[in-house]
Amino acid sequence: MRGLAVFISDIRNCKSKEAEIKRINKELANIRSKFKGDKALDGYSKKKYVCKLLFIFLLGHDIDFGHMEAVNLLSSNKYTEKQIGYLFISVLVNSNSDLISLINNAIKNDLSSRNPTFMNLALHCIANVGSREMAEAFAAEVPRILVAGDTMDSVKQSAALCLLRLNTTSPDLVPMGEWTARVVHLLNDQHLGVVTAATSLITTLAQKSPEDFKTSVSLAVARLSRIVSSASTDLQDYTYYFVAAPWLSVKLLRLLQCYPPPEDGAIRGRLTECLETILNKAQEPPKSKKVQHSNAKNAVLFEAISLIIHHDSEPTLLVRACNQLGQFLQHRETNLRYLALESMCTLASSEFSHEAVKTHIETVINALKSERDVSVRQRAVDLLYAMCDRSNAKQIVAEMLSYLETADYSIREEIVLKVAILAEKYAVDYTWYVDTILNLIRFAGDYVSDEVWYRVIQIVINRDEVQGYAAKTVFEALQAPACHENLVKVGGYILGEFGNLIAGDSRSSPLIQFDLLHSKFHLCSVPTRALLLSAYIKFINLFPEVKGTIQEVLRSDSQLRNADVELQQRAVEYLRLSCIASTDILATVLEEMPPFPERESSILAKLKKKKGPGNLHPDLDENRKERSVNGGTVAASPTPSTDLLGLGSTIATQNSAPPVSKGTSLLVDVFSENIIPDMRCLPLAPFPSRFVCKNNGVLYENQLLQIGLKSEFRQNLGRMYVFFGNKTSTQFMNFAASVFILCIPADPTVDGGAQLQQILNIECVSDFVDAPVLNIQFRYGGTLQNIAVKLPITLNKFFQPTEMTSQDFFQRWKQLGAPQQEVQKIFKAKNSMDTEVTKAKIMGFGAALLDGVDPNPSNFVGAGVIHTKTTQVGCLLRLEPNTQAQMYRLTLRTSRDTVSQRLCDLLSEQF
Amino acid sequence: MMHFLLLFSRQGKLRLQKWFTPVPEREKKKIVRDMTTMVLGRKPRSCNFLHWKDLKIVYKKYASLYFCCGLDAEENELLALEVLHRYVELLDKYFGNVCELDIIFNFEKAYFILDEFLLGGEVQETSKQVLSRSIEASDMLQETMEEYMSKPAF
Repeated sequence: MRGLAVFISDIRNCKSKEAEIKRINKELANIRSKFKGDKALDGYSKKKYVCKLLFIFLLGHDIDFGHMEAVNLLSSNKYTEKQIGYLFISVLVNSNSDLISLINNAIKNDLSSRNPTFMNLALHCIANVGSREMAEAFAAEVPRILVAGDTMDSVKQSAALCLLRLNTTSPDLVPMGEWTARVVHLLNDQHLGVVTAATSLITTLAQKSPEDFKTSVSLAVARLSRIVSSASTDLQDYTYYFVAAPWLSVKLLRLLQCYPPPEDGAIRGRLTECLETILNKAQEPPKSKKVQHSNAKNAVLFEAISLIIHHDSEPTLLVRACNQLGQFLQHRETNLRYLALESMCTLASSEFSHEAVKTHIETVINALKSERDVSVRQRAVDLLYAMCDRSNAKQIVAEMLSYLETADYSIREEIVLKVAILAEKYAVDYTWYVDTILNLIRFAGDYVSDEVWYRVIQIVINRDEVQGYAAKTVFEALQAPACHENLVKVGGYILGEFGNLIAGDSRSSPLIQFDLLHSKFHLCSVPTRALLLSAYIKFINLFPEVKGTIQEVLRSDSQLRNADVELQQRAVEYLRLSCIASTDILATVLEEMPPFPERESSILAKLKKKKGPGNLHPDLDENRKERSVNGGTVAASPTPSTDLLGLGSTIATQNSAPPVSKGTSLLVDVFSENIIPDMRCLPLAPFPSRFVCKNNGVLYENQLLQIGLKSEFRQNLGRMYVFFGNKTSTQFMNFAASVFILCIPADPTVDGGAQLQQILNIECVSDFVDAPVLNIQFRYGGTLQNIAVKLPITLNKFFQPTEMTSQDFFQRWKQLGAPQQEVQKIFKAKNSMDTEVTKAKIMGFGAALLDGVDPNPSNFVGAGVIHTKTTQVGCLLRLEPNTQAQMYRLTLRTSRDTVSQRLCDLLSEQF
Repeated sequence: MMHFLLLFSRQGKLRLQKWFTPVPEREKKKIVRDMTTMVLGRKPRSCNFLHWKDLKIVYKKYASLYFCCGLDAEENELLALEVLHRYVELLDKYFGNVCELDIIFNFEKAYFILDEFLLGGEVQETSKQVLSRSIEASDMLQETMEEYMSKPAF
């Protein structure tokens, strides 16, 4: 597409954004006028303009037209146009629902085309767009294609992943059915590509309904075991940089993670063996220095470790996994250090390996301090969090706190949450907890969310032993000239509740406490001020001696007439309360807060919401539980799976095996209506042309004699049974039949009403035009009768049909592109143009009828090989009917020009 | 599964974008912006993995182009790196020493090749031979079909 290339260069040459926009607008105007023009655009131009629009869209500009033209391309005959149409649709049409029905129509046609290339395009489009309307239209069709016995491998792969996609977007529309059992058996497929795609699908489906796919476990283990134990060359191109089928291995290992360890001892043993082999391989020297080799190998290793952790049942494996990860912690590849940290997080939660993980604490702390890469440091934080327990909490919290001072802004909030949780969870004495939280606020006040400071207050209120210490500590912390607003909040609340516990010290007398708090007041936001006002009224209750000072503050215009309603209301109410209420009432109203009910920490909930990676085992466990619940409720799937599969495969063989007897077992008897011409007077009777496509029938008939034929051909050999029937009541005398010069001995007499049979053996030596002649002589009632008929032995009788894919077809079509190899004929239809009849004729002619190869479904395409003694001649044919004109165009391409010509002549006579 | 694959240059120019889940246009632009700033801001010799929202980001630089993909949390990062590598190999095989310009001028080919390899964010076929064969076949099909179909109607 030269125009497209020119346009792209133009865009690239634009010096400024404005120039680019100008050029694009010019192009858009041009395309719009072309689309709107009176002249109908040819496919090529349509494709070019749609492609330009796509380019413009991908540059980041909006496209609001051209969708219709793209949809038109979908039904184009030309592969490129169709391909571009589909590309445009999958990139641009997400929600344009008014076009969906048109698109669905085109997809439906391509899915039923039986042309694997087109089917793949259509399946890709469904997967790419994945809209609900599409799911509704094809959710039943795609599984059918997937498990059909005659579906090509590449189509199966597309269908499997397309189904996976539909299942993710609209799970309710993809019901489990009899196909599920067959899908599981795809794990046994010969083609590793099919197995890979199927494993992805099964993994997703097994998560949804584990019970239905339980049989996949043993199959997956068997498959995995074969891969793991194979030599690196066994799997040919599925070996990736000396690693046997890494993608498939990883997917199988992931599938196994949908299930608990296998109950069957043998399977379980085999799986353990696999996992051990994978762990062993990690210790072997690398087979290649390329990073691809180590990546692929370690990808499998990490996935195996994930499975070991998931099963969480084999202590030896768990410890081995942990040691392996420990090695990676010090690896020079940053990627491996990162993954080791990540993977160890999950390992830390297993009771079998928790202690083993803890031995690496120094390495992890070192990683936190020295890793240059923030994402690695973040994984180190995660791991420290995961490996933390009572024994090492102080050390870990201290390290995390000190890291917090220099930590990247992007991860500070998460660290704060983690520190807060650990400090609470493992606090032995709560003074440490209070210190830790105040340090958090000091080092990273901006990142301390409300949940964190709510929590510290809840804990202080619930625990008497820490209240005095808390009051003292916040009082000291508030002395800092600049302190974070969060500290003011915590300070205000705690002093308001427990200021009395430190009021005995003259350095923290009530007035000093109040002044300290109030000095921060004007720097704070409205919610904090509101909180401080509440602290003040609490002070009035705690310390009657400062009542006057506080009332004065409340009475000031800046409070009573504050523009903020909340602040104003609090000031007014608190002031009135302090003026009219008696001490008793005040004491009751402003009593110390009751303990908070113990419940799950709100910080933990927040961390969960943030979905900190790899450290939320509770979630994992929930999933497991859900799965088993699902598994329990879903009824066991019906088990005639093997039968079904057996049925499927017989269908496959029937379809793929070439029919042995050609033209004899056709469903439609297309020739029955032909009237046999009376050819008595002709000295040399040509055989009826129907014999070109038919092997049996009456070859010749007059008042005396009927010649019937039955013949069969195989490769370059044939056998013909000739039946001579005497129609009269008297005997034929001196009966002789000969082919060419060769005389065939026959019984010299044929009784009246009797039939004589002769057998001719035929061999095709080379390609030929003329048919052999059968001469018959006999005496009937004294007169010598002489009859000569051509035997219906034509070149096409030595056809062997060849089934092929459209790719193969077009590849050969291209190879047979020399001008003399092609013969074409355009001719008028002599019979009615019935599709079924035409199909039967082409098959009778001897060629395989290839469905779905020609983009135009009304055309017929056939392929076969002509066998002669010396050579074989590959033949392709294409017949294009034009019903309006009542014409046909027949094209033949064979490797030999004479064959092309002869076959074309023969076949063109048939329609 | 993979959620998206982006190819962008050192200057942050987007060269290819493939979305395996439906994402509104506005959101796409935001993701592209986030990815380019995040990935381009990484120091050399950093690790190739990042966390972003609930996705794993895996990226790798090939010459002047960055290949960057977003994965589900349970996906295998190392293997994702090799998915990127295999795609580069396929492009390389098709274009012969692929460079950024090849992808700019033949963007539709780059998409077609990707479609042979990945579908719905999952690896469809991993064999380079099978893949190159089907890519060649569709190319061949393209040429031959044009010739096949070009005869004027009768």
